[in-house]
Amino acid sequence: MDLLVNPTESSLLRFTTAGSVDDGKSTLIGRLLYDSKSIFEDQLLAVEESSKRRGDAHVNLALLTDGLRAEREQGITIDVAYRYFATPKRKFIIADTPGHIQYTRNMVTGASTADLAIILIDARLGVIEQTMRHTYLASLLRIGHIVLAVNKMDLVNFDQAVYDKIVGDFQAFAKGLDNLPQVTPIPMSALNGDNVVDKSASTPWYTGPSLLQHLETVQVHSETAADEARFAVQWVIRPISDRKDAKLGNLHDYRGFAGRMASGTFRMGDEVLVYPSAMKSKITGIHTYEGPQPEAIPQLSYSITVADEIDTSRGGMIVKANEPAQTSQEFDAMICWFSDKKILKPRGRFHLRHTTNDVRAIVTDVLYKVNISTLEKTVESKEFHLNDIGCIRIRCASPIFFDPYSKNRTTGSFVLVDEQTNNTVAAGMIQRSVGGDDFEDPGSAI
Amino acid sequence: MSAITHLQFLESEAIYILRETAAQFQKPALLFSGGKDSIVMAWLARKAFYPSKLPFPLLHVDTGHNFPEAMEYRDWFVQEIGANLTVGLVQKSIDDGRVQEEKGHNASRNKLQTVTLLDTIEEHQYDACLGGGRRDEEKARAKERFFSHRDEFGQWDPKNQRPELWNIFNGRKHFGEHFRVFPLSNWTEMDIWQYIRQENIPLPSLYFSHQRKIIERHGQLLDASTGIIPLLDEEKPKVKEMTIRFRTVGDATCTGAVESTASTIDEIVAEVAAARQTERGTRADDKRSETAMEDRKKEGYF
Repeated sequence: MDLLVNPTESSLLRFTTAGSVDDGKSTLIGRLLYDSKSIFEDQLLAVEESSKRRGDAHVNLALLTDGLRAEREQGITIDVAYRYFATPKRKFIIADTPGHIQYTRNMVTGASTADLAIILIDARLGVIEQTMRHTYLASLLRIGHIVLAVNKMDLVNFDQAVYDKIVGDFQAFAKGLDNLPQVTPIPMSALNGDNVVDKSASTPWYTGPSLLQHLETVQVHSETAADEARFAVQWVIRPISDRKDAKLGNLHDYRGFAGRMASGTFRMGDEVLVYPSAMKSKITGIHTYEGPQPEAIPQLSYSITVADEIDTSRGGMIVKANEPAQTSQEFDAMICWFSDKKILKPRGRFHLRHTTNDVRAIVTDVLYKVNISTLEKTVESKEFHLNDIGCIRIRCASPIFFDPYSKNRTTGSFVLVDEQTNNTVAAGMIQRSVGGDDFEDPGSAI
Repeated sequence: MSAITHLQFLESEAIYILRETAAQFQKPALLFSGGKDSIVMAWLARKAFYPSKLPFPLLHVDTGHNFPEAMEYRDWFVQEIGANLTVGLVQKSIDDGRVQEEKGHNASRNKLQTVTLLDTIEEHQYDACLGGGRRDEEKARAKERFFSHRDEFGQWDPKNQRPELWNIFNGRKHFGEHFRVFPLSNWTEMDIWQYIRQENIPLPSLYFSHQRKIIERHGQLLDASTGIIPLLDEEKPKVKEMTIRFRTVGDATCTGAVESTASTIDEIVAEVAAARQTERGTRADDKRSETAMEDRKKEGYF
């Protein structure tokens, strides 16, 4: 395989993997890395040597990612490991999350930046409770694409009936989810490489792509140019200089809002609203180091100038005049609680970090929790412990500018930070402002 | 609309992190070694704050064991991008009795850098240091965060890291604590080289194929021309002239060379693509034990 990614054409795909303990996740990742020649000889040698020292029966590919001393000693994965590989068509970032300890917190973390999730199923076991939890979390985090990897097909004699039943069971379950992802089922044997990189001769009845073919070609744009334009201000660029810049001219009055386009497109002359004041203005400059640009497109970073002297700085946001963001101090949100030392309950106070904003916030109510085994809503307890998921109402000290998470993953997400330890203790996805318009519920339980 | 390329994504992500660092901290600094990763990071910092100058200095922790080419390049580069340079000297830490020089012919000042780094951070009250570390480099780095918290002793606690979700980076800290920030976390060695090629970034000549006096020690090709590495008497007759280049450029005592005729960026990209050894495979500092990197990082290493 030619390993050279074509730098002018290759795009990036970020995906996460989920499965229970023995479903062959490490084997699958190991195979993708190995077959794309992303594992180096010295890495493989080191893994072989330490597998031997540990007395493992075969080369333990998990040791490639489990790099910490405690992980190697205990044979566990402590948190999300990021792995990288590339083919001539695409570059991939894998967020590899452990199947057992603290898996909810880790999977939520890995899923927050993923465009696609591979959910592994052991063909002998079919759809189990874990499968449903993983799929629920993927849908909660609004991952648009799921690959249902029906693994260990060699152990069921590559029987099409077994595969069809699993796919049918899964689709019946997935239909009940609110953010219905696109599901691509693939019969596989990660151990033998069937349908991982190349199509397998053992599954003549399967007409779809191999896993790698699918990963190389699937179209994923969670935030696209057609969405509403959102640009959070990170930093104000003020050279305070009389220097004349070759590309931008006299810098004396230069005042650029630095940030990254979260979604949508800006063009020169666009009418915009600038938060927090929501004053109207016009875009007069879209700049990068390469000079003035005709437009700003999703995911890229710019310095933007506007026509009027408007008071905004870090935490502010620029949007199109005809596509305002919601402004509110109080809203409902789904959260996942991350702390094993603290408990969230009503009246709890936090720092809330949302886009580039940091405001104080108080939990005004716990609306319900989700039973992660049955996926039902419960109101029995108003306390969140490690890995708990549920819906809270929260009020901020000052308004934030946002969209529901179902519309925008960047402007609809936040984290809660503990006031004493400064640790990140919760991930949040905004559903609706309180007293505002009713929006679809992105993460309600079924 | 066609999707952006992976290099556009990585560039924008790094610029985002660099701006977050400037915005969230009082007094950041960018760790600059003259190696390709820190060069790319400083290059991105120039882009991030353009048309302003860098809002933080470059910080070089100088072991005194430098290749002269790397020092020449450093001084040229700092001038070129209009940055300020702060230097922390390991020699000063030795003279002040803060650290003791390692003994023996494999002695390296690599580990001593940690003390100098932490002393320099304290002296200048830096509260965030930008590093060029990448997750693909080494298995302990694979678990590293973009915003990596350090306690007041400069220590890393890998089991108690803050989860990082979406594009939200939490740099809140107590007085005396600081952060290491890694804008290139998601880059691979290949991404770095492809970006250098795309941007036409000048590099120290050490990265390109050249003739050099080399001594082979424990399977590593070490420099024998600058005199920085003391040679044993029995090694002296074994020094030979070889055609080599360096895949990483760090402290001269622990940076191994590879035999190579790659003398252009294109040739290096092709060589990296065909390489079957990781770039840190040439680094003696990682070979001291299976978790050498984690152990050094816990103490406050880069």
